[in-house]
Amino acid sequence: MQCSDSIPSAQTGVGSHRERSGEPVRTVVSNLPFEDLKKREQPNRRYEGNAIRTNKYRLWSFIPMNLFEQFHRMANIYFVGLAILNFVPVVNAFQPEVALIPICIILALTAVKDGWEDFRRYQTDQQLNNTPCFIFSRKQMCFVERRWKDVRVGDFVRVLSNEIIPADILLLHTSDPNGVCHMETANLDGETSLKQRKVVPGFSSLVRVLPITKYLERPDKRRTGFGIDSLLLRGCMVRNTDDAAGIVVYAGHETKSMLNNSGPRYKRSKIERKMNTDVLFCVVLLFFMCLIGALGHAIWLETFSSMPSYIVPDSNGNYTPSVLAGFYMFFTMIILLQVMIPVSLYVSIELVKMGQIFFITQDVELYDEELDRRVQCRALNITEDLGQIQYVFSDKTGTLTENKMVFRRCSVMGTEYCHEENAARLAVISGANEEEEVTIYQQTKLPPLFPLEELQDVHTGDKNHANTQVTAASRRRSKVAAEAQSDMAFSSPLETVVVPDRKLILEVDRQMASIQTGPYLDFFLALAICNTVLVSSVTAQRQRVRVNVADLAGAERVGDVLRALTHIFCAANLSNESDGFHSSDVSDAAGQKVISSERKVKSGLSGSEEVCYEAHSPDEAALIHAAKAYGFTMMERTPHYVTVKLPDEALLKFEVLDILTFDSTRRRMSIIVRHPHTKEIIMYTKGADSAIMERLGNVFSGDKIKCVEQWCGWKAVCFSLKVISEQEFRAWSAVRQEALSAIEEKEERLMETANFIESSFTLLGATGIEDRLQESVPETIQALRRAGMQVWVLTGDKPETAINIAYSCKLLEHEDLVFTFSTSRKVLQCQLTNASVPEQTFTGPLMEPSIGLVIDGPTLSMAMSDELVELFVELCKHCRAVLCCRVTPLQKSAVVKLIRQKLRVMTLAVGDGANDVNMIQAADVGIGVSGQEGMQAVMASDFAITRFKHLQRLLLVHGHWCYSRLANMVIYFFYKNVAYVNLLFWYQFFCGFSATAMIDYWLMIFFNLFFTSAPPIMFGIMEKEVSDSTLLSLPELYKRGQHSEGYRRSTFWIAILDAFYQSLVCFFIPYWTYNGSDIGIFAFGTPMNTVSLFTIILHLAIEIKSWTAVHWVIMIGSVLVYFIVTLAYSAICISCNPPSDPYWIMHKQMADPMFYLVCILTTVVALLPR
Amino acid sequence: MKNEGKSAQRPDNTAFTQQRLPAWQPILSAGIVIPGFLIIGLAFIGIGIGLFLTSQTIQVQEMDYTGVEKDSPCFRCTIPSNLNCTCEVTFSLSTLFTGPVFFYYGLSNYYQNFRRYGVSKDYNQLTGDTRYFKSRSPEEDCSPYSYDSNNNPIVPCGAIANSIFNDTFELYQIINGTKKQVPLDGRGISWWTDYNIKYRNPSPVNGSLAKAFDGTVKPINWPRPAYELDLTDPNNNGFLNQDFLVWMRRAALPQFRKLYRRITDGDYAAGLPAGNYSLTVHYNYPVLSFDGRKKVVFSNVSWMGGKNNFLGLAYLVVGSLCVVMSVVMLVVYAKFKFSDDDDA
Repeated sequence: MQCSDSIPSAQTGVGSHRERSGEPVRTVVSNLPFEDLKKREQPNRRYEGNAIRTNKYRLWSFIPMNLFEQFHRMANIYFVGLAILNFVPVVNAFQPEVALIPICIILALTAVKDGWEDFRRYQTDQQLNNTPCFIFSRKQMCFVERRWKDVRVGDFVRVLSNEIIPADILLLHTSDPNGVCHMETANLDGETSLKQRKVVPGFSSLVRVLPITKYLERPDKRRTGFGIDSLLLRGCMVRNTDDAAGIVVYAGHETKSMLNNSGPRYKRSKIERKMNTDVLFCVVLLFFMCLIGALGHAIWLETFSSMPSYIVPDSNGNYTPSVLAGFYMFFTMIILLQVMIPVSLYVSIELVKMGQIFFITQDVELYDEELDRRVQCRALNITEDLGQIQYVFSDKTGTLTENKMVFRRCSVMGTEYCHEENAARLAVISGANEEEEVTIYQQTKLPPLFPLEELQDVHTGDKNHANTQVTAASRRRSKVAAEAQSDMAFSSPLETVVVPDRKLILEVDRQMASIQTGPYLDFFLALAICNTVLVSSVTAQRQRVRVNVADLAGAERVGDVLRALTHIFCAANLSNESDGFHSSDVSDAAGQKVISSERKVKSGLSGSEEVCYEAHSPDEAALIHAAKAYGFTMMERTPHYVTVKLPDEALLKFEVLDILTFDSTRRRMSIIVRHPHTKEIIMYTKGADSAIMERLGNVFSGDKIKCVEQWCGWKAVCFSLKVISEQEFRAWSAVRQEALSAIEEKEERLMETANFIESSFTLLGATGIEDRLQESVPETIQALRRAGMQVWVLTGDKPETAINIAYSCKLLEHEDLVFTFSTSRKVLQCQLTNASVPEQTFTGPLMEPSIGLVIDGPTLSMAMSDELVELFVELCKHCRAVLCCRVTPLQKSAVVKLIRQKLRVMTLAVGDGANDVNMIQAADVGIGVSGQEGMQAVMASDFAITRFKHLQRLLLVHGHWCYSRLANMVIYFFYKNVAYVNLLFWYQFFCGFSATAMIDYWLMIFFNLFFTSAPPIMFGIMEKEVSDSTLLSLPELYKRGQHSEGYRRSTFWIAILDAFYQSLVCFFIPYWTYNGSDIGIFAFGTPMNTVSLFTIILHLAIEIKSWTAVHWVIMIGSVLVYFIVTLAYSAICISCNPPSDPYWIMHKQMADPMFYLVCILTTVVALLPR
Repeated sequence: MKNEGKSAQRPDNTAFTQQRLPAWQPILSAGIVIPGFLIIGLAFIGIGIGLFLTSQTIQVQEMDYTGVEKDSPCFRCTIPSNLNCTCEVTFSLSTLFTGPVFFYYGLSNYYQNFRRYGVSKDYNQLTGDTRYFKSRSPEEDCSPYSYDSNNNPIVPCGAIANSIFNDTFELYQIINGTKKQVPLDGRGISWWTDYNIKYRNPSPVNGSLAKAFDGTVKPINWPRPAYELDLTDPNNNGFLNQDFLVWMRRAALPQFRKLYRRITDGDYAAGLPAGNYSLTVHYNYPVLSFDGRKKVVFSNVSWMGGKNNFLGLAYLVVGSLCVVMSVVMLVVYAKFKFSDDDDA
């Protein structure tokens, strides 16, 4: 039927695509005709079902799979290797079964952890898979309720409003007469704005039983052609549309949301990398010790002319040759001294990091009251990297600034209107109390309930109605949360309330009165309609509040619903009655009595003001509210019409002929409309000043350009107009249509057509929008500076704006020497770089000027070309601040990578928008600011914060803590193991290097696993070397981490030497005490074990700088546990672990005063140097 | 009520989660460190003096009887062919050797802590479980001292049992040229737990311990089977023989002594009076092949065990070090303080 038009074009497009990339063509056939067939015979059997499984293991494969995963870790292989070695009779040191214990415990612990995590994934999968949905069944000729997991490719699925889409669906039908379906992709990318999807051309009504064949390419690649506008993605939510239906094209793991899900990121921290080399050192050390053991054994055997009775021959009665015996001994020694390589280190580090993350996320200071959000730690293993940052790369918009736009001034026909009052209001609003903001909120949000009721009736059923009431009620309940919500809709008070300029109003009024057209009117019309802002019905607005299915299901909600219903009606009535009062109140607060009372907007309160706008960007929100303030209110937007209410209450309904959407290369957008009265075709264009200026038809207002240039602090948006003749438009439209239907190089062709029509404009005017700095940004930057971090700002804005912001956030100081590189000629660039570098090196040390570097995108890419890159990096090293303007997302990440690789420094990138994702991923530590521009940055980040100022505490306090804690803990772990193992090593000199252990093997295992493991973990989680207030007031302390002073090679070796000394003391004091006496082997080992426990614990006690109750409990607990376990063990174990016979040894020792005297003396001597 | 749910994500503001637990931060100021060192030092010196004095009161009589030198009395016994050799070592005590006197034998360069030696025994056998007389629990542990050349099971098996120290001693006091035997008490010289709990004899068959050992042979180096270790005392046989138990508890270091007898009875309960003594040694145990030495030690014990000057001296040294350090620190501290005052 009609669909046959679209299919061939799709076919050819995809066909050629396949030639290029080898993508398979996806043919989807409806399942309906085949419903009765067996599964194997169905046409879509090759495609995956919709059931998903993100858990790694199945029940039966858990153990082998998990073991396999775990053996990717070198340490585990090492220990298993040792355990196996122990089964070789000639080299075994312990009973082979016993030697398996430590590795088994480690493996089991990790397996339990993995298994638990996996089980939770399984549970969420099950929950998803069993979510109900509607599938069309041919037998019953209607949609029947099934589960998500039953959905297959080729099924027809129906989705109701506010339902989550079960699979990637090609939209074939919606309840909307325009064939549009809105979906919210918050689950996918966190963006709360609604996206519009259109029914596939030709399917205006639901085609039922037709076997339809479809060709589509894979969803993960670029989508061109067929599916782009009609694909409903899994995981998104249908909004504003009663129901939608379509055919499933991708299911389960093939859907876009599943393909995008690429597991948690694994980053290796700097300490961990360093630590791994130290583990290698330990291996070398171990090797030498074993070599000594082996040689010693061989030489010792050589000294005997005939074998004494205590040297046991092998089972045949022969003595092994001493060289061979030495060789065997080498391996036995490895087994004996294996603890040298800290097996529990990795597990402990993971535990410690979990603890650290717990404390970071628990920090109240990093909690954002407004958004009700804590700091999120998404990467689990790089907490300590926060303490070693040397370079900070920051985005500007939304990160340093609020990304809440304030309409500051405009210029129409070359006359500038300053809106001083708006500026004044800015100052007031920042100090405004909550009450005020609430009234503003009520004014803008609540009244719509009634006037738009008919809209609601059209769009929502009864059930929905209830839902929305509930959510509205929940908004009412929490004032601040509502605030937060309105923030996300880009309609915070700052943006919504624009106080008009008096002069301009008079101007507008005059024009309104005299004629129906004029530049002023056009300017405001452009402001009002040239955007992609959706006018949301109240329904949509409130649905945007996350409707949590689970929440609604909760029984206690029923009561809430009722309560909320009554509440909301009361509240609504109230606010309706007192509307006038409220708004004047607001104006009062802003100090704007006169003007607000003059405004006609006031009179239209009940009608016009209820409109809620859903803007894609804060700029648009600011502009459209500005237009509203002057009485030009956009009332409705459908795909084909825009309705604007003029100040005189007249409604203008424009027919929308085309929209050329905004993109970052053109940096402008246009809307082509037909004027309802004049029937002229008019194109309104708005865009960045440069994007408009270069395409102006007649350069009539040089002064205007000048004044825009002067607004460097603000984002300048220019508006222009072009009247297009009917023929011209028709010709262009044809080209445009062709481009639209093209599949190959569609983007390029669309761009071409847009560029073609967007030329020779008439400039209408310009607006200046200010983006406010977030609170305490200058202080934060200063603190980071003092902490020795280099702060760079990478922004897509123009240099003037960026520099202005840089000054205001104290990135640049006025006395700084600022180099600005902005050129398009490479030669010049060369010269500049060459010239400045020597200059730098000369002046740098002499007068210490702080140098700021400002560089723009094109220049940057030149600077980063091969021949200049070294010079550029060299130059940057000398700069106090670097500001990169007009850079693309890719350049951002390239800069980060460059600095990271060339200077070998720890980098941190912080950003909030999708354009920062690359940068965030490129840096060692990526921080996402969850703000205005959706969640993409947060999704890509390692840590997510809500405000820039949190960075200060996160880095200076938590970073420093985590770093010093972990560094100290790792060092301590090495020390602990070496100290303990050396006891055994020294003993080898007195047992003929025969790898005898004088400590019971069980106790040795317990020693590492239980007696001495809790204190260092606690130390790693809770140690507080310096208090947070000190760290914040003295950012210089941070430098310790930057230069890795907490964990250096020297620190490591000092710790090892200390361990050697202590083990010598711990061995030789008991040795001399007991030498020549009748002491038994294990009676000799017991005091040593005890002594080294005391030494190791007290060593830690000296390291601990602040003692809390937890510290005391764990430290004393560890000692107690040692004694209890040892006593119990030696009381129970009569002959359970030959050859050691611990029975009653501990008791006997503890009855001997000498034991205590030895313990005291040894501990004191061992720790005396400290 | 109204704000409920608003701060669902708000972290608990407790001292623990905010890491604000009351903490004690030890600050090592001079005011603590110097007296601390002084106190530790003085205490150590006190303990050291106590230990040293106690150690000095302990009397020790040590005699090497290996017979390395040609003129030593046991030299002739070192010739391997000389079986059942007896030699006599004489010594004199100038003062009363206060009792109870402990009589040790000592070995040097003897590595009872050798690993393979240490595992060479069968615990199950030694608990008197006759099932393990014929078979072994870990088969290889006892080898090659598990079966004799005729494949008869050796009980007790293993190298430790096989290498039991088998010199015997008789002590005489020489009074006016006549020898008066000093009674030696061999009871209770092993660990109580070894004798009562850990080791068990097999239950006698028809009242005879020997029958329980039927079908087994004695360890190769032993002159007599286990049930005939002590011919004088029928209760001191099998695995519960005191000397056997003492030997089975392996020494930690290559130079060690083991308790042989105690002198507690009769005229000698108060100690060995001054005078001349003669020790008759039944010299059986070869040590010269591995350059070992044998000795006998008479010693009395105090609360701190045997004579040991090391610990006392160590305490004294460390104690004095602490005192010296505290003095040095005091001087340094005083200097700093004065210079600070000057600055101020």
